[in-house]
Amino acid sequence: MVAPATLRVVRCGGSALHGARAVFSADSYLLCASGDFVKMYSVATEETLRVMGGHADLVTGVQLNPHNHMQLYSSSVDGTIKLWDFMDGIPIKTFTVGSKLLALYALASSEDSVFVVIPKSGERDTFQLVSVKLTKAAGQDLEAKELSVVLDGVDASPKRIAFGREGEYVASVKEVNLQVYFFKQKQLNRFSVSATKTKSGNNHFTCIACHPAEDCIATGHADGKIRLWRNFYHKKEYTFSTLHWHHDTVMDLAFSIEGTSLLSGGVESVLVLWRNESDRQKDFLPRLGSAIEYISMSSDGALCCTLHTDNRITIINSNLRFSKSIQGLIKSTDVKTGLVVDPRTKALVLNGEPGHLQFYCLQSDQQLFSLDIVQRQYIHQAGLNQTDLVKVAFSAQGKWLATVEEREEVTDPELQLKLWFYDEETQSFKLNTRINMPHDDHITDMCFRDMDELEDDSLILVTAGRDCVFKVWVMVEDTDPEAQQSVSWSCDFVGSYHNYQATNCCFSEDGSLLAVSFEETVTVWDSVTWDLKCTFCHPPGKIRNICFGRLTCSKYLIGATDYGFLCCWNLLSCALEWSAHLNVLVLQPDPLSEYIAAVSWLSKESSLFVFKPNEPRPIYIQRNLCKEKIQLAAFVPRDEPETIGSEKYLWLRRSQLFFLTDTQELMTLSTKSLEERLTPSSKQLAVEESLPVTPFSLLLGKHRRQQSQKDIGLGKLVCNKHEQDSPAVKELLHTPAHVLPSASFLCPIFINSLLISKESKSAEEVADEVEMESEKTEDDSDEERDVTEMEQEDASPVELLGEMTCKLSKSQEKELRKIRKIDYSWISAF
Amino acid sequence: QVIPGHEARSVEALCWAAGERLFGAGLGGDISEYDLARLCVARSVDGCGGPIWSMAANSSGTQLAIGCEDGSVKLFQVVPGGIQFERNLDRRKGRILCLSWHPSDTHIAAGTIDALRVFDVSSGQTVQRIMVNYHVQKVQRECIVWSIAFLSSGTVVTSDSFGRVQFWDWERGTLLESHTVSTSAVLSLAVSEKEDSIVVGTSTGATYQFQLLPVKMGSLEKRWVRTKPFQHHTHDVRAVAHSSTALISGGLDAQLVIRPLMEKMQKKGYDAVLRKFTFPHRRLVSCARKARLLLFQFSQHLELWRLGSTDETGKDGEVLPLCRMPEHLVQLKSKGPEHIYCSCLSPCGSWIAYSTASRFHLYRVQYEGDSVSIKKVRKVPKLLLPAYQLQFSSDSSSLFVASARGSVHVLQLLEPGGCKHLHTFQPPSGSPEAVYLLASSADGHWLAAVGGDWAIHIYNLKCFKHHCTVPMYSCAVTALAIHPVTNNLVIAYSDQQLFEFSIPEKQYTAWSRTVQNCGLHKAWLERDSPITHIAFNPKNPSHILLHDLYMFCVLDKSLPLPDNSALLMNQSTLKQLPETARQRQLHAFKICKKFQPLLFADLLDENCLVMVERPIMDIKTQLPLPVQQKKFGT
Repeated sequence: MVAPATLRVVRCGGSALHGARAVFSADSYLLCASGDFVKMYSVATEETLRVMGGHADLVTGVQLNPHNHMQLYSSSVDGTIKLWDFMDGIPIKTFTVGSKLLALYALASSEDSVFVVIPKSGERDTFQLVSVKLTKAAGQDLEAKELSVVLDGVDASPKRIAFGREGEYVASVKEVNLQVYFFKQKQLNRFSVSATKTKSGNNHFTCIACHPAEDCIATGHADGKIRLWRNFYHKKEYTFSTLHWHHDTVMDLAFSIEGTSLLSGGVESVLVLWRNESDRQKDFLPRLGSAIEYISMSSDGALCCTLHTDNRITIINSNLRFSKSIQGLIKSTDVKTGLVVDPRTKALVLNGEPGHLQFYCLQSDQQLFSLDIVQRQYIHQAGLNQTDLVKVAFSAQGKWLATVEEREEVTDPELQLKLWFYDEETQSFKLNTRINMPHDDHITDMCFRDMDELEDDSLILVTAGRDCVFKVWVMVEDTDPEAQQSVSWSCDFVGSYHNYQATNCCFSEDGSLLAVSFEETVTVWDSVTWDLKCTFCHPPGKIRNICFGRLTCSKYLIGATDYGFLCCWNLLSCALEWSAHLNVLVLQPDPLSEYIAAVSWLSKESSLFVFKPNEPRPIYIQRNLCKEKIQLAAFVPRDEPETIGSEKYLWLRRSQLFFLTDTQELMTLSTKSLEERLTPSSKQLAVEESLPVTPFSLLLGKHRRQQSQKDIGLGKLVCNKHEQDSPAVKELLHTPAHVLPSASFLCPIFINSLLISKESKSAEEVADEVEMESEKTEDDSDEERDVTEMEQEDASPVELLGEMTCKLSKSQEKELRKIRKIDYSWISAF
Repeated sequence: QVIPGHEARSVEALCWAAGERLFGAGLGGDISEYDLARLCVARSVDGCGGPIWSMAANSSGTQLAIGCEDGSVKLFQVVPGGIQFERNLDRRKGRILCLSWHPSDTHIAAGTIDALRVFDVSSGQTVQRIMVNYHVQKVQRECIVWSIAFLSSGTVVTSDSFGRVQFWDWERGTLLESHTVSTSAVLSLAVSEKEDSIVVGTSTGATYQFQLLPVKMGSLEKRWVRTKPFQHHTHDVRAVAHSSTALISGGLDAQLVIRPLMEKMQKKGYDAVLRKFTFPHRRLVSCARKARLLLFQFSQHLELWRLGSTDETGKDGEVLPLCRMPEHLVQLKSKGPEHIYCSCLSPCGSWIAYSTASRFHLYRVQYEGDSVSIKKVRKVPKLLLPAYQLQFSSDSSSLFVASARGSVHVLQLLEPGGCKHLHTFQPPSGSPEAVYLLASSADGHWLAAVGGDWAIHIYNLKCFKHHCTVPMYSCAVTALAIHPVTNNLVIAYSDQQLFEFSIPEKQYTAWSRTVQNCGLHKAWLERDSPITHIAFNPKNPSHILLHDLYMFCVLDKSLPLPDNSALLMNQSTLKQLPETARQRQLHAFKICKKFQPLLFADLLDENCLVMVERPIMDIKTQLPLPVQQKKFGT
C-alpha cells in the first residue's frame, strides 16, 4: 500500500468511455468501460454510482454474466478477466489469460466459457477469437489457460464480431470479408463484398450485429450502407439487401430485442431506427451532439443507450425519445481554451462540444452546463473548417467572460471576440459585445485585469495576437439610446514591440503591471499610462509561458522558454534572479498562494515541480507523474483549506491541482491514501457467489450475519442490541429510494429490527432447541411446524420473513402465548 | 426481328400460349395473334369489352383470360387457327389491370383499382374480394393494383401504386406480408419458376428482388425478404421477367436489361455479365454515297439530310470547320397509322423506298439547285407485302425487296419515275421465313439474302438464277456485305463470329478458315452488341470496316490475328504507347471506342467516313420526365 502522506495521482474523470459497448443490468444500471475502470451509472438519476477499479490497463469489454445477472465480466488489455459483483463493486474472481484481451463476449449457451479476442502469437496485427474456459475452482485469482480458437483473422474492434441467434453461429467482419462460423455444424462460410472506392469512401465493413431470433446479419460499412445478409448458410445462394441513409461510416448497429427494428448510428450523430428491415420505414433521433460510437439495448428493450465519441452517454427510450444524458467531461477534439476555473462556480471550464464551452463540476463528475459560444450549426463532416472556440478568460469575480472563436482558413482566419456578461436573473452568460476581427491574425493569449476590490470601470481585457500587437479593451458607456445595455467594450490601446508576434500576456497581482511576451522578449507595461517599463529576455528561445508571482513573491516574473529554461526575473532590480534548465510545458500559478506549478516533459514522462519564485529550489518534485503528455493544468481553490500534515504538501492546502493529459483524462493529486478514498461499501466482504445478489438480499445478508453473530455471543446480545440493529435501519434509510425493494418487503425487516424481544427469542429458540422441544411435544401440531421453520431460519432468511409476517397477522393469540413461554426461558438463560 | 407497330393499337399484354403462339392484346380492344414467320398480325379478334388492359394464359396454354376496361374478365379457348370466346366471368365495375392464373388453372386473381379479386374458373364466380388500401389510413388517392401473381401455395402477390408489394392469403383474405419498396408505384412483377424469387419493377426505374428464405437455419418457416435492388433504368420499369438465372426488365427508357443472378451462375463469364439493349439491331440509316445524302428512318416518318463538307484538312483530334452546313432536305411522313418497317435510299440519292406492314412506297427525288422536289411513283407493282428489307443496286438501276417466304423481288427502276417487276427469287428448297437482310455486289452481279431461318442464299443477278447457299450456321446473321473487288461475302453472326465466303468459288476463303482455326479474341466474342454494318475500304481490299453500337473496327486481313493474351485496346489508348510497344500490339483488329451509341458508319469515298451517333441523352430528353428523386449531396 502507499506509504502515508505521499501524493498519488488520481484519475478523476474524462477518460475515454469507448472501450466497449455499455451494458444495461437487469435492474436499470448502466455499466460501461471507462479507461481502466468499469463505471456504474444509475439510469434513473444519471449518477455515477460506482467506479470499479482493479484492471491495470484499458478495459476492453464488459458483459453481464449470462447465468447470474448480478455479476459482470470485464476484460482488459492487461490480460485478465474479472468477475465482479457490481452491486457491491467487489471483484469476485480474476482469471488471468495471459495475452492482451481486446474484446469480450459472454454467451448464455456456453456454460462456463467466454469468448475473447486476442492477438495471434507470433504475428503482428492478426487477431483471433478464442473461447476461454473459466474454471470453477475456489480462490480469487485463477489461471484460465484453456483456450480454443474459434475464428482466425478477426478484427480487433469489439464491434466487428457478433454472436447470432442463441449462440448458433458467430460472425466476424474484417475489411471486405465476412465470415460466419456455425458452432454445431462446424462450418465456416466466407463472403466478401467487392472492394469499391467511391468518393464517399470504401465499402469496408465497420460493424456487425446479429438478429436475435432469425438468421439475419446486419453489417455496417464505411460508405454508410447497411447490408442485411440472409441465407448465409449457403455458400453460394446467400443474399443481402441494402439500407442506405448514412453518408459516412456506420459506427454501430443494434437490433431491438425482438429483432423487428434495427438501430444504426454514425458520425452524423443521428440515431436511425429502421423498421421491418425496410428502407422506407425509418425514424430518426437527430442532434445527439456528437458521433455515435456504440449502441446498446437493455435486455427488456425499454431503453437503449448510445456512447458518443465525446464521452457522453445518451439514454433513449424505446419510442426513440431522448431520455437522459450522462455526461462527465466532454471530450473535444482539441482543448484550445486551456483549463480555466470559473470563479463563480469553481467549475472547470474548457472546450466542450464543438463551439461550446463546458462547465465541468469536479466534485460530482458532471457537466454543469454547456454554453453555446459560436451559435452556429455544426455540420458533422470530415474536412470542413468549422468555427471553434480557441480562447476563454474570466474576470476575477466571474462577472465577465471573454471568448475568442476562429475559423481556420489558409489565407485569413475569421476571428471573433465575444464578451459575455453574467446575468444574475437568468443565471447565465449573456452576450454583451461582439468584435469582429479584433486582430488581423490568430489571438495567442487573452487576460482580464484581475483585481477583486476594484470597481467595474477598471476592468481591462488584453488580447495578444500574432499580428504583432496587443490590444487593450475597456468598457465604455453606450451612447446609443436604442441599445439595450449600458456598457459595451471597445479598444483602448494598441501596443507593439519591434514588430514581433505577441505570444503571451499576463497582469501582475495588483493589476499595475502588464507583461506581454513578444517571441524572445518579455515586455512589462504600466497599466495606467501604457508605457513600456522594461524588457527581459533569455535568448535563445522564444517565451512559451509567463506569469507573475503572487502575495509575497509579487515582485517576480516567471517565464518559460521553448529552449528549456525556466527564468525568474526580479521586477525591482530588473535582473534575472535565477534560472533553471527545465523543459516546461505548463506553468500554472496558484491564485491563492505564492506557489507555482510547472509540468515538464522529458524522455516520455511528465514531471511536476512546485516552487516559490523567491527560492530557486523547488518545494516539491514528482517525477513520472504519468506516462501521457500533460497538456494543461489548473489550480482549483478548495472550499475549505485542507489539513495537511506534511510540510512538503503545504502547497496543496488551499487549492487542488488538476491536469489534463493529451488523451483528455483529468487527473489530480491527492494526499489521501487509497484506502481512505474507497467507499465503505466496496470494502464489504464478498457474499456467497451462489446467491444472486440484489439490494434486498444484501440487506438481508447483513442482517443475517448480525443474527449469526448474536447466536455466537449470546451474552453480549442484549446490551448492544440497539447498536447492532441500527445498521440495518441505517442501511434502509440511506440506500437510494430507487434501488430499494418494495415497501411490503421492507416493512417486516424494519419491524423485525425494532422487535427486541422477538429477535432474541428466535435466536434463543435455536440455541436451546432441546429444552424447547420437551415443552413443545405437549403442544399442538401447529407449534411443531413453527419450530422446524425456526430451525431453517439460518438457511433461508427470506422464507423466515414471509413466515413471520403471516404469523403476526394470523395467530395473535398463539403468538402471545408463545412469547410468554419463551420469555420465561430467555430470562432463565440470563 | 421486329413486328412493326401500329399507332392505334398499343400493346398492353403479351403472352405465349399453346406452344409457340404469341398473342397480344391492347387498348384497341383486339386480341391479335402474331405470325412470327411473316412478322405481322396473323388474325385478330375483338374482345368486346373495351380496351384490354391485361391478358394471361393458363399453365397449359389452352385458355386465355383477358381483363377489360369495363371490368369483365373473359376466357378464350385457344384453338388451332385462332381463338374462340368461351365465357365471361363475374363482372364488376373497375378496369382489370392485371390477371394471373393459379398454376392449377382453377382460379384467376385479378387486380383492379383499390381491390383484388379471385375468380373460380369453373363457376365463374368471384370467390374473394380484398380491398388493398384497407390498411392505409386516410387514403386520398386510389390504390391501383398494377400487377398480380398467383402462387401455387395460394398466396396472391400484388404490387400497387403506393409502392407496396403485398402478399395475401386469398382464402382468408388476410394480408400476410407487406413490403414498401418505393415511394412511387410498383408497376410490374414476375415470379420465378420455382416460386422462391420475385422481381418487381418500380416507376423510379429500380427493380427489386424478393426471395423466399427460411427464417432460421433448418426451420420450415419461410419469409419473403426484399434482397437486392437494381437500378438500371431511369424511367418506369413497365415489364419484368424472371428466368431461372436472370432478371429481365424493360421500361419506358427504351432499354432492355438482362441482369444475371450471380448465385445461380456456375462460373463467371460471358453469361454472368449484365447486358443492356437500347437500340434494335437493325439498320435505321441508309446512305447515298455519291450524292452524300443520309436517310433516317423513324417510326412514323423519314428524314433526308445532305451532309456538310469541308475543304480543310487537319490533324487527328481536330474538329474541322465546315464550309457547307448539313442540310435537312425533306421530311417524308408515312400515311396511315402503321409504323415504317424498312426504308432505303439509292446510292445516287434520287430514289427513296419505304415499306409499312401493308404498303410499299417508292419516291423519286429530284434536286434542282437548292430545292428538292419529291414525287411518288404511282404504279408500283403488286408485291407480296410487307417488305422486310429494301436494297438498291449500286448503280441505282434496280431495287431489291425482301419479302415473305424467302422470296426477293427485283424491281427495275425506270426514268423519269417508274418501275417494273423483273423477277422474283425463291430459295430452291423453299422457306417459310421472311428474308430480313440483303446485300448486293458492287458490280451488280450478285445478291445475298438472309432469311429468318438464317440460311444465306446467293443469287446471280445477270441470269436471275440461284447461285449457291452458304453453309448453315446456328446463329442469326446480323450483317453481311459483298466485297466490291473480290466478291467475297463477309458475314457477321450474332455470336460475334466472322466469316468470309467467296461467292465465285462457293466456299469459305482461306482467311476465314484461319480465323475459325485460331478462334477470335475472347474480348471480341464477349462484346454485347452485334455488328450491325459492314463496309469495305476501296483503297485497300484487305480492310474490312465493322461497327456495332459502341465501337468501330478496321479489320486488316493482312495482319496476324491477336491471341487471347494480347489486349484488344482502344486506338486512343494505343496511341499513348511508345512506338515499340505499339509494334508489339500490332494485330488485325483496330478498334475505336469513343462513340456514343453508334448507329451507322459507312465510307463515302476513299477518305471520307460518315458516322451517325445517337446519344442516349437525346432519347431521354424526349421521354416523359422521370420520377423526381432527391439525391444526397446534390
